[in-house]
Amino acid sequence: MKMRALMTVAGVCALATASAITPAVAKVDGDTIILGSSISLTGKYATNGLHTQRGYDFAVKTINDAGGVKVDGKSYKLAVTYYDDESTPARGAQLAERLIQQDGVQYMLGPYSSGMTKAIAPVSEKFGVPMVEAEGASRSLFTQGYKYLFAVLSTSEQYLATAVDMAAEERKKNFRDPSEVRVAMAFEGDPFSMDVRAGVVDKLNEYGMKIIIDDQLPADLSDMSTTLTKVKALKPDILIISGHSKGAATAARQIDEMKVNVPMIAMTHCEAAKVHEKFPKAATGFLCPTQWVETLSKSDSMFGSAGEWNTNFKKAYPSYTSVPYQSAQASAAVYVWKEAFEAANSLDKDAVRDAIAAVEMETFYGDIKFSENGNNIAKPMFMRQIGSDASYSLVESFKDMTFPRNVSY
Amino acid sequence: MLDNLQLLFVWAPIINVQVILEGIFVGAVFALSAYGLALVWGVMNIKNLAQGDFVIMGGYLALALSSANVPLPLILIIVIVFMFVYGWGIYALMIRRILDQDMFVSLLATFGLSLLMQQVMNLVFGPEVQTIDMELPNWDFFDNMVTIPSSKVISLGLAAVIALAVVIFMKKSRAGQAIRATAQDPRAARVLGIDTDKVYAFTFALNSALCGAAGVLVSIIWVIQPFYGITYSVRSFAIVTAAGLGNLPGVITAAFGIGLFEKYVGMIIGTAYEVAAPVSILLMVLIWRQISMKRNRQVVR
Repeated sequence: MKMRALMTVAGVCALATASAITPAVAKVDGDTIILGSSISLTGKYATNGLHTQRGYDFAVKTINDAGGVKVDGKSYKLAVTYYDDESTPARGAQLAERLIQQDGVQYMLGPYSSGMTKAIAPVSEKFGVPMVEAEGASRSLFTQGYKYLFAVLSTSEQYLATAVDMAAEERKKNFRDPSEVRVAMAFEGDPFSMDVRAGVVDKLNEYGMKIIIDDQLPADLSDMSTTLTKVKALKPDILIISGHSKGAATAARQIDEMKVNVPMIAMTHCEAAKVHEKFPKAATGFLCPTQWVETLSKSDSMFGSAGEWNTNFKKAYPSYTSVPYQSAQASAAVYVWKEAFEAANSLDKDAVRDAIAAVEMETFYGDIKFSENGNNIAKPMFMRQIGSDASYSLVESFKDMTFPRNVSY
Repeated sequence: MLDNLQLLFVWAPIINVQVILEGIFVGAVFALSAYGLALVWGVMNIKNLAQGDFVIMGGYLALALSSANVPLPLILIIVIVFMFVYGWGIYALMIRRILDQDMFVSLLATFGLSLLMQQVMNLVFGPEVQTIDMELPNWDFFDNMVTIPSSKVISLGLAAVIALAVVIFMKKSRAGQAIRATAQDPRAARVLGIDTDKVYAFTFALNSALCGAAGVLVSIIWVIQPFYGITYSVRSFAIVTAAGLGNLPGVITAAFGIGLFEKYVGMIIGTAYEVAAPVSILLMVLIWRQISMKRNRQVVR
């Protein structure tokens, strides 16, 4: 028994030494730059993990077809090494370590979801390997002082802050003070929704708006009639709700049932909850945030306009009727790598890290410029409004917004 | 909180009507599943932790049927029959084997059943929140300050009909009498020729059917999700503990009471505490019982 334990220890030691002396060889293989990503291809994030992977793959192919990445006068192709993290954070952290230590990957692409990114970021940070991620929006990712983490997407506290801006602009247009706006809010108590709430509250304080209802919704939420009863009695100017798909579904159902007539309603996850299909009447005029829309008027030299990216992506993956924004931002992350390699004109990971930090570019996905904390501060969250025909239309400023909500129950 | 009290009693007292109505609608649904729990608990001493999952299962069956355009009365009948058979099956497979074990075995076994049902529903129907939209009119009163969806009125009516049917069944029918006899004294019932095993199976199946009916109502007036069962279990336990076993009027009163209490707590303290309200009632009842029993307790020192 003792002998066996000793042998196991010896074996582990030998393995550890072996991996320590194995040189990191695979970061550039001939004329190919290897990026690495642990991504959820099975488990609860599998669907969105696949959207992400396709976004990466599509960008890699487009960039390679256009001549690849030029560093120091030489053209390199891009390739991505993937591992399936089974949607479990512990596995993700393990695989990130494996990518860096065993496969010698020096350039990382992010996993899917904030939770997975939270698990992997400390690993890439420990080894000083830059990671450009596209799918982790939690504000807490960017308060840790990470130096090697960069995110192309808008962070969660921006999700509904734009709606507050619009309410303020609408007031100003009528020569009235934004501080007159009375706000009702209902947020679930989970980390994501609390992030969204923090962003909204910051904005409200900035304008000096008054919060008249501030309810927290329980996790197993099937009835928010008490909140809506208060809303009807107090008649706020704007109602802001965030509680994932279930919150959006419950809210839309009961807004319909209780004929809630607030001139402006903003909530997250409208699209995921399909409120426009299930409750087309009540959902008319809802403002819903999204990271990206294909009708956006932004473009770049690699992918063209947002619309062109959308068409070409659909051509590559014909199974999509409408392309999820997860794929678009994944493509944008790969594009950031290309720009950084070329700007650094080097393959040294720290030189490239500094180049990423200095990136300032317009892409089909929107503008990209990272703050010191690594989040993208150049791209706003986009707002879309549900029309009476259940369609979503982009609201770039309050002028495009139908106000008040045009709804008759 | 003070704001909310003022709102309720000074600024817009009319919304009390809305809150009371919501409490009644909620209470009606609770009453069904709580009465089922009281039956099973009283007759066979099984504390069914999967109670809420039976409710949600009924809801999903209703959802599946309604997407096939089956009309509501038929949905209700099909779900009741299906859940009755399902309950009988669960009894034969599982409950029968744990009848004479101690309390912890029944808790563990039904908790296991609850987890299993949640996961199966998650696999079959997906984790999204779903609902049946009957597209029935919603009435509004007092300048739209009070709205009553007709779906909730219908569900209240159906709950009353079902409750009435169960009362008459328990009082008048031979099977009902057999259930009550078995609850009072299983051994004497057996001596007098009652097949208690069959009575137990029937009771459990009846509970399952009642939960199924509650589930149909839940799916037409609120939303369902595979993991929402636990809130219905907790409420049922709170109601039964407050009302006592085998006391149908008590269960109904307690159900409406808890429904109203929940809505007022939600209104005054906040929606987040709505789910905590029945649990706090459970706690208060237990403490009160403890105190009132202390008076009669005699200890040999």
